[in-house]
Amino acid sequence: MSPWKDVTKLVTAKFGNEDARTLAGYEKLGGYQVLRKALGMKPDDITAEVKASNLRGRGGAGFATGVKWGFVPKDAKAVHLVCNCDESEPGTCKDRELVYWDPHLLIEGMVIAAYALKATHNYIYIRGEMMREYAVLAKAVEEAYGRGYLGKNILGSGFECHLTVHRGAGAYICGEETALLNSLEGKRGQPRLKPPFPAIKGLFDEPTIVNNVETLMNVPFIIDKGGAWFAALGPGRSGGTRTVCVSGHVNKPGVYELPMTITMRQIIDEVCGGVWKGRKVKAVIPGGTSMPPLAEDELDVPSEFDALMTDERIKPVEVAPGKNFDLGGGRVLRTMAGSGGIVVMDDATDIPMAVWRIMKFYAHESCGQCTPCREGTGWLEKVARRVAFGQGKPGDIDLLASIAHGIAGNTICALGDAAAWPMLGFLTKFRADFEAKVAHKGAAA
Amino acid sequence: MSLEFSADARKKINDLLQKYPSSKPVVLAALHLAQKEHGFLSDDALKLVAETLSLPYAHVYGVATFYTMFRREPAAKNILRICTNISCMLRGAYDVMAAFEKKLGVKKGGTAGDFTIVEEECIAACANAPAIVCGTRYFLDVEPKDVDTILDELRKTPRPEGEIV
Ligand SMILES: Cc1cc2nc3c(=O)[nH]c(=O)nc-3n(C[C@H](O)[C@H](O)[C@H](O)COP(=O)(O)O)c2cc1C
Ligand code: SF4
Ligand code: FES
Repeated sequence: MSPWKDVTKLVTAKFGNEDARTLAGYEKLGGYQVLRKALGMKPDDITAEVKASNLRGRGGAGFATGVKWGFVPKDAKAVHLVCNCDESEPGTCKDRELVYWDPHLLIEGMVIAAYALKATHNYIYIRGEMMREYAVLAKAVEEAYGRGYLGKNILGSGFECHLTVHRGAGAYICGEETALLNSLEGKRGQPRLKPPFPAIKGLFDEPTIVNNVETLMNVPFIIDKGGAWFAALGPGRSGGTRTVCVSGHVNKPGVYELPMTITMRQIIDEVCGGVWKGRKVKAVIPGGTSMPPLAEDELDVPSEFDALMTDERIKPVEVAPGKNFDLGGGRVLRTMAGSGGIVVMDDATDIPMAVWRIMKFYAHESCGQCTPCREGTGWLEKVARRVAFGQGKPGDIDLLASIAHGIAGNTICALGDAAAWPMLGFLTKFRADFEAKVAHKGAAA
Repeated sequence: MSLEFSADARKKINDLLQKYPSSKPVVLAALHLAQKEHGFLSDDALKLVAETLSLPYAHVYGVATFYTMFRREPAAKNILRICTNISCMLRGAYDVMAAFEKKLGVKKGGTAGDFTIVEEECIAACANAPAIVCGTRYFLDVEPKDVDTILDELRKTPRPEGEIV
């Protein structure tokens, strides 16, 4: 029996409970009681509690949520809260499940957050392909309006809060927060130059906070039990639990809510029943395909945000053998917890082939606004493809590294980095696999 | 030939217009509705959306061509979105794709009878790879041998994307 079965569960506690998905079932379990409590607090005290909780964004960057809320100008006339439910980072499948099983928890979290931010017109941006989940959310929002949890005068508090579920129409880039805002405004989903950041100038040019589904679902627990309680659930500067999605070559893939002290190896061996077919791990993507991979000897690191960025057991990403990639100011890039999408590859995996598929994705999804990303992701795909299919030329490995290096840090949004980082990371740690493919050129034919 | 929205669609659009400060944010929803009612987004369908929302045709065209779910060509009742991205690929998605292509006798992107096959990027069902989505119906942990069962089910109970708009 896995010791991880009994750990605290917050956002996934109701998984499998059909009754809790309805408003009546949710209320029976104490739902919307925290909203009552929150409406009796001062908005700033809610933000202070979220700050104290060490809640960090679950959408990718791990930015401190309370700090982000604090960026909204105090004298702002209109503020918006937008929930990012675009989930399309390959390997990530938690938000879709979270929304399906506990839609009212998201709504309750959003109304509390909106009250703290004094945001009256708020939106959930949901990926277009998620039709089943859109129907779930639309119904839950309607139910919440019917009971006065949304609307003009919420529970008699005088607070007005509207929530609209807004469907996308297929475009990974709309998960990037400024592209998302453009898409919400009815434009092509192309990212905006930052600054200004959305907290200053966002939706309809007004201050806007964009938060991930899981981030917002944690808010009711923080207000119910206190920021200190939430902070104590996690190590260091990372409060709460973390929902990870484990896919690929493990015996029990799944969506698991876990303490962040758990190591990557424990997730694979103890939670997911180990690697399938009795094989060994070759590579692990720790947080969605945008993140550099880990090799087998780097798995004893906790799955927590800071550990994955700084633990010295993780080899820095290189631009060429022996030369570290510079994140700026000499900072090295190891990897990041990203979106929680953990992809496990066994020792029979064709790494160059897997990398080609990842590059094909980014080339397909580049919005085309900046040349290094538009051209660079296309080249990465093309060169990675010929290497993967045994048509590689001498020099292709260095070419891949130099294209990736040319993209990283030189684009409007982080999609460019999202293609470059895994490319450089796989080359750093699995160079021999690429070399073998290029050397055996023609052998496959 | 000029097209129209049904009364139901017009009501949906009018309701949505109440929720935003201008008509522009309603364009995605209006395009979804136009696609549902007219099968795909012909020039006339784009014109209809532009006129309904008082937006320039060029803007509507620009938006419609940015998003992959909007089609400028007709598609079948069932759009099988077969994910071949990393988690699905690692567990055999390309074999699943090949099995559908063989059974239906068309390559990805093509239409055969009630089915259009689309190679889809990650559909957020990676822990149940390989995954396919068709309208509101997910098919999870799919194997090549499941092709007949899936097609039979969808022939009996089609899952058109326009079901949800
Ligand atoms: C290319 C790209 C795609 C992204 N996709 C998503 C996404 O699907 N969901 C999400 O929550 N955040 C996504 N993000 C991160 C968002 O820009 C943003 O940081 C996040 O929604 C903020 O919420 P959080 O602070 O709660 O994490 C993406 C970022 C980039 C650069
Ligand atoms: S980095 Fe790529 S996706 Fe981002 S704005 Fe530039 S072209 Fe678009
Ligand atoms: S990779 Fe196929 S559903 Fe995510």
